[in-house]
Amino acid sequence: MTNSWTDIKNTDLVVVMGGNAAEAHPCGFKWVTEAKHHRGAKLIVVDPRFTRTASVSDYYAPIRPGSDIVFLMALIRYMIENDKVQWDYVRNYTNAAYIVRDDFGWNDGLFTGYNEEKRDYDKKSWDYVIGEDGFAAVDPTLENPRCVWQLLRAHVDAYTPEMVERVCGTPADRFLKVAEMIGECSSPTKTMTSMYALGWTQHSKGAQNIRGMAMLQLILGNIGVRGGGMNALRGHSNIQGLTDIGLMSNLIPGYLNIPTEQEPDWASYMKTRAFKPLRPGQTSYWQNYPKFMVSFMKAMWGDAATAENDWAYHYLPKLDVPAYDVLRIFEMMDQGRCNIYFCQGFNGLLAFPDRGKVTRALSKLKLLVTIDPLETETSRFWENHGDHNDVDTPAIQTEVIQLPSSCFAEDEGALVNSGRWLQWHWPGAEPPGEAKLDTWIMAQVFLRVRDLYLKEGGVFPDPIVNLTWDYADANEPTPEELAKEMNGRALSDLSDPADPSKTLVQAGQQVLNFSQLRDDGSTACACWIYSGSWNENGNNMARRDNSDPDSTGAYANWTWSWPLNRRILYNRASSDLDGNPWDDSRRLVWWDGAKWTGYDVPDISPTAKPGEVGPFIMNQEGVSRLFSRGLMRDGPFPTHMEPFESPMANVFNPAMRGNPVARVFESDVARLGDSTEFPFVATSYRLTEHFHYWTKHNVVNASLQPEFFVEISEQLAAERGIAKGSRVRVWSKRGEVWAKALVTKRIKPLICDGKPVHVVGIPLHWGFVGAAKKGWGPNSLTPFIGDANVETPEFKAFLVNIEPAVGEAVS
Amino acid sequence: MNIDLSRRGFLKLAGAGVAATSLGALGFGEAEAAELAHVRAFKLAATTEARNTCPYCSVACGIIMYSRVDDATGKKRIFHIEGDADHPTNRGTLCPKGAALKDFVNAPTRLTQPRIRKPGGTEFEPVSWDDALDRIARALKDDRDANFLSLNEAGVPVNRWTTTGFLAASATTNETAWLTYKVVRSMGVVAFDNQARV
Repeated sequence: MTNSWTDIKNTDLVVVMGGNAAEAHPCGFKWVTEAKHHRGAKLIVVDPRFTRTASVSDYYAPIRPGSDIVFLMALIRYMIENDKVQWDYVRNYTNAAYIVRDDFGWNDGLFTGYNEEKRDYDKKSWDYVIGEDGFAAVDPTLENPRCVWQLLRAHVDAYTPEMVERVCGTPADRFLKVAEMIGECSSPTKTMTSMYALGWTQHSKGAQNIRGMAMLQLILGNIGVRGGGMNALRGHSNIQGLTDIGLMSNLIPGYLNIPTEQEPDWASYMKTRAFKPLRPGQTSYWQNYPKFMVSFMKAMWGDAATAENDWAYHYLPKLDVPAYDVLRIFEMMDQGRCNIYFCQGFNGLLAFPDRGKVTRALSKLKLLVTIDPLETETSRFWENHGDHNDVDTPAIQTEVIQLPSSCFAEDEGALVNSGRWLQWHWPGAEPPGEAKLDTWIMAQVFLRVRDLYLKEGGVFPDPIVNLTWDYADANEPTPEELAKEMNGRALSDLSDPADPSKTLVQAGQQVLNFSQLRDDGSTACACWIYSGSWNENGNNMARRDNSDPDSTGAYANWTWSWPLNRRILYNRASSDLDGNPWDDSRRLVWWDGAKWTGYDVPDISPTAKPGEVGPFIMNQEGVSRLFSRGLMRDGPFPTHMEPFESPMANVFNPAMRGNPVARVFESDVARLGDSTEFPFVATSYRLTEHFHYWTKHNVVNASLQPEFFVEISEQLAAERGIAKGSRVRVWSKRGEVWAKALVTKRIKPLICDGKPVHVVGIPLHWGFVGAAKKGWGPNSLTPFIGDANVETPEFKAFLVNIEPAVGEAVS
Repeated sequence: MNIDLSRRGFLKLAGAGVAATSLGALGFGEAEAAELAHVRAFKLAATTEARNTCPYCSVACGIIMYSRVDDATGKKRIFHIEGDADHPTNRGTLCPKGAALKDFVNAPTRLTQPRIRKPGGTEFEPVSWDDALDRIARALKDDRDANFLSLNEAGVPVNRWTTTGFLAASATTNETAWLTYKVVRSMGVVAFDNQARV
């Protein structure tokens, strides 16, 4: 989230598209209710199903799964055509004025530079015209036909209300009503918030869905303001934290990157990370990258990381592919190229697409280690449960070690909520039986491997034997010790840059925040964006002052949020070019004549003069991007792409299947279905009574929603002869499931490209262990294809068939 | 008797957050001392409260967990969980998932000992922590030594290990995450991921 849950009360319009907060995030959704009741805010829901969020909305529009970009680009077109633009914001805070290279273009659904064989773009042309002074050329009048604004205008021209009706199945009048309501928020004194979740991310072009809404929010001037923002609701309780800390193939904590093979040494790695400003006087904060990177290397390897050995750069692995994401590693496993796999609190057998392939892959491992407080289907993937897990147990040669861990109630530490608040929590009990804390388990695995290397030697032991491990009890690093490592400390006395005779931080002390980090090896900091969370003032994440002066919703002294306890990102954009709030009733951060001040920590240098330094300090431009240059693999603007399995061809280019640059493994091509064999669109979702595959272990939740079902319209039920509550079989090119049929009015057939499209809703909470009845999930059916930028699997739009089931398949 | 009644009423209103000892400060004085002489110990006296946050979605509602030592195990056990009224986001409310959290913590399917399923086996068998961890460490070392790629075909140092992968949780603490990061990265594992992608 750019903003926070408590900030939603400040909004005038909530758009829930790609999410279902009332059911999936009920206590956060109460802030929508608050805004409706106390501000008179309106709620719009755009969703294939008439969800419970829709049931309390002011306006609902249906949409075909996987067609969101058309809807969003059409909204942008409407704003431009009807002058619903926050002009001062667009001119000054976005790259609308930037001139783009002459060789950039778009045709037949594709941008310039497409290479069909490589399934990739040469992105060279997707860039600004750079002048001899090294700065981007701009036209503040926005009249140059090659400026971003004019190119955007041309790009969205095809996305008419009629196009929305044809591709999305949303009636044009419904679309127009939504557009009209949203258009009101182009006023500097009206704000809209976007609340989205996996309904947008789980597509082969998920990142572009979010780009589309972010662009709309910029055009309306809704980023950086109270009640505005792009608000990812987020699923698991610490999905934000695990990502911040970089537990992904290609990440280093704080959104730094693991090097690639093209960067064999420190100099080549840093060469592409200069982040020189693209306009005069801009901050371009990533210019501090070397400070964060060196401090990370010092946190990892201490004295073994020196200026002479490039801070032990060779200790880091170098990638030959963009990432070894879960889809890639399961593909490799299936090919017999992976031997050992750990699942720490992750139930992959139900979470990854194409369960048949996942089972086959796990069966080829030598060793699977699971670390979990609960039984999981993954740790018992080898166990035969009849139709629910029909495997040949003796043939599976995988050894499985199941390690029992603590759960939240038994451990201490911080979780990061959707609003980037790091909230400390305390244990109330001890783990049952022999179950152990996760930190103890990871320490044991490490210490034993390290001992083997110390005793036996082996291949490249250096990064293992030199890893910083200075915990008071090596067997049991404490949450305090680990949190302090993330905050960072001085390794030698840090002198004050303004007055070198003064010492700013003494050796051994915690740094105040990341502004004190250095690139000369004198500081260690594991995660720069968390710097400030546990400094010499103590554990700021444990703060519990819930006061909220002037009821802004900031709660600035409640726990701690990254970065620097800032509650709303880009908050300098809440004021105009001169530094005066756009909306006096929603003041956030403003210029007091000498410095920036306000209710939040300013997202700009405190003394940066208004009008000189742009509000988007992380960008080289100093402004936000309506045109994202080469930063995304599938285009600098979002363009409509069908799901890989779709009931209709892409209207721009009928030969184009799915996202033209999304990775497709050869073994999966034959496992894609088409609409002649599988005529219905399926989508997955969560229920309010359940959380993924956890709550089925809980008798209360298992009783509330005991049994797997699929949701279909009355029309589809009639067409297929399916009675309410009867058994049905649903199958895709990849697998089949049996479920009860929930026949509802909540899903209605849509007319797309002149033909009716039926949607089948498939909730995801059942498996074969726990207290609920045995069942299946959507992943038995979904394709093994991910988003082109981040490889999030396409769970939200795929094709199935459905028929009444013969006999009672479900026990 | 009036004092007695009002005391009970007060306790009910104040809820579990008020320790019995603070009542004296509210002016019950001698009457309170007399009460204590013949009333059995207040049930909540042996109770520990702990502040936590709901582990399900990222709204991260504040919760208060109540525990006391279980006679059978000698360990603290959670017997009640409720919303934290001081928390700015949820202000004491919980959803159908959060309201039933206690039964997740104490679920019969909680794991209590390390177990191993041997190749081709039909059952999990108990194994000691030492044996399980030694077995894992041995397997990791052997696989790493056999498959670690120091140089790529062009002779560039790449120092990566692709035959072992690690999938991290998304509900563990930041502190667990950082320790996990250190352990996994130091070994050169590149197949490293978490639930954010799924």
